[in-house]
Amino acid sequence: MAKPKLALFSFSCCEGCSLEVLNCENEMLDILGAFEITNYREARTNRSDDYDIALVEGAITRESEVEELKKIRSNAKMLVALGACAHTAGLNALKNFRPMKEALTTVYGDKAGWFDTMPARPLKDFVHVDLVLPGCPITRSEFLAVVKDLLAGKTPQLPDYPVCTQCKLRENVCMYHKGQICLGVVARAGCNAHCPTFGGRCVACRGLIDQPNSRAAKDVLDEHGISLERVLQEFRLYNGWNAMAEPPSADAKQESMIMEAKR
Amino acid sequence: MSKTMEIDVHHVTRVEGHGNIRVRASDGVVEECELQIVESPRFFESMVRGRMWFDIPHITCRICGICSIGHTTAACLAIENAFGLKLSPQDQLLRRLLFDGEILTSHILHVYFLAAPDLAGADSVIPLASSHPEVVKRALRMKRLANELCEILVGRHTHPVGMVPGGFVHVPKKEELVAVKAKLEGMKDDLLATVETIKALAGAIPAFERETEYVALVDKKDFPWFWGQVGSSDAPAVNWPNYRDIVHEKVVRHSTSKHVSNKRDSYQVGALARVNLNYNLLCDLAKQAGAAMGYAKAPVFNPYFINVAQVMETAHCWADAIATIDKLLAMDIKLSPPQVAPRAGVGVGVAEVPRGILFHEYEFDDKGVCQRANLVIPTGQNLANIDADMRALVPQIIGEPKDAIQLKLEMLVRAYDPCISCSVHLLDVDWV
Repeated sequence: MAKPKLALFSFSCCEGCSLEVLNCENEMLDILGAFEITNYREARTNRSDDYDIALVEGAITRESEVEELKKIRSNAKMLVALGACAHTAGLNALKNFRPMKEALTTVYGDKAGWFDTMPARPLKDFVHVDLVLPGCPITRSEFLAVVKDLLAGKTPQLPDYPVCTQCKLRENVCMYHKGQICLGVVARAGCNAHCPTFGGRCVACRGLIDQPNSRAAKDVLDEHGISLERVLQEFRLYNGWNAMAEPPSADAKQESMIMEAKR
Repeated sequence: MSKTMEIDVHHVTRVEGHGNIRVRASDGVVEECELQIVESPRFFESMVRGRMWFDIPHITCRICGICSIGHTTAACLAIENAFGLKLSPQDQLLRRLLFDGEILTSHILHVYFLAAPDLAGADSVIPLASSHPEVVKRALRMKRLANELCEILVGRHTHPVGMVPGGFVHVPKKEELVAVKAKLEGMKDDLLATVETIKALAGAIPAFERETEYVALVDKKDFPWFWGQVGSSDAPAVNWPNYRDIVHEKVVRHSTSKHVSNKRDSYQVGALARVNLNYNLLCDLAKQAGAAMGYAKAPVFNPYFINVAQVMETAHCWADAIATIDKLLAMDIKLSPPQVAPRAGVGVGVAEVPRGILFHEYEFDDKGVCQRANLVIPTGQNLANIDADMRALVPQIIGEPKDAIQLKLEMLVRAYDPCISCSVHLLDVDWV
């Protein structure tokens, strides 16, 4: 059987997700044995439009990127959104909260007219995405599990329970007990609660689960006296591309905001 | 020789990010020769404005997946300087060890996976996996260990978690440090074999010299990574807050990343600049490695020798990592998360990240909300110098076949290890 042909593409991002693929050093020779890499600008010179699976990292922030993405979609049998920028636009969406012209002027001054930009958007706003590998960056163990599933012809499944579940299994002290806000209560697991394990709070870089327990989440936020503005700040870090990160109308509560987060 | 030629490399490969090389020559005269930076700008300045101080390293480290520990370090230093925070001796050592891990990871990746295929006449490391399996396995082994060092300290090399302004919110277990030290000691053979590999390929390094200004941190005693003063081969060293005495930025049309210069039209930063300015502070092993690969005496003006300087620094950081672990093991390692009281002010942080000197500057209000940011990225500082190198190189080689010229230009760009994602994330600039 011919090896599946694999390609990697990068749009607006730090390229840390494709780097995490390269960081699978112990498995790298097996990956190279199982797939034929036909297009990967960061690692090889020869590039082809012939590929079965396209791994695409990065958010879309320029008109020219839309056309490139559509071309990749038409070439690939399967398009995988690799990481938070491709999945939710990631941190890039933080700039959407300011006028684009202001962003350009702040960086390039009176030469702003030389360059273009548009609000950051996830891939799925422009093309059909077959599969998402979430996270900032992706989780290597999850990437390897998905690769195995694809080779076996199985459809990979993402966990649909919150980060809290994995965090408890790792016996971490709850971040709320350390006096911090943490989105692990509604964020999608699969990272093995990486950040809380290494002393950081969860910022939902993997997006939210399908049915977050928003009442329980609201109770936790109330119990710790966390303001709405603070919660919005947290959501904007990685989930700022949709309505949830906008300030709600006068009497809206945190609960409705979390419900909207589902989209 | 009269020659009309056009070279247009769309998206140079084996570099981080998107850049094009454009050369046009007519009747043997070079009319156009530049590295165009077409990476999408991401506007980190807009992203950090209005965010709390503790989010700043988290956001700006995501400028770049390869240098995220370097960005985290520079951001933490800037915030510490703004708020007047001091690290404990233990946390200083942890940060130093982490930085060794950052340099090792990045240099091993660049030398083996991005630069070496050119010297071996391959299009990537992939065919080398079958033609030179021992070399590729060695590279993967070394890279895994460098990553492991970062992982026990802060969870991950790409976007670290455990290091924050003022110190650490996670510390390694003693047994983890002991285990990683043993593996590092076992890496010495691989390190020496790396020197031999580069030495064997050194014949393929183009002979091209162009003296330029070299800018890096300088110090009297200790090869500087995030300490010392901002130094230059052409100008007196300055303290961090005065970095703009050396760093002058301007916007150019063919690049979404700004160009930077000082005394001349351009300057160089990175491994070769550091080694040229601080050669005497390298450990003996690094100097011996340099001599074996053709870097016998500072300074060296061949930009393709950046890769050689990277191997010298790999040796230096390898030895420093082992020495630093010994110092940590002599202590009782304790987790003491920093207590931070924000105050209004400006802070500058400087770090010698793998690709060169990096500046982070932030202004905060009295509650610790970020009001303004300015980042100056190594690749941005190198761009004008890469253009100048290409303009000097092309007339020297214009008699060669087009493919050979193109390869030498691509190798030149790759030698600088440009991190284009980084370079377009330049933030606020002063329009004087």
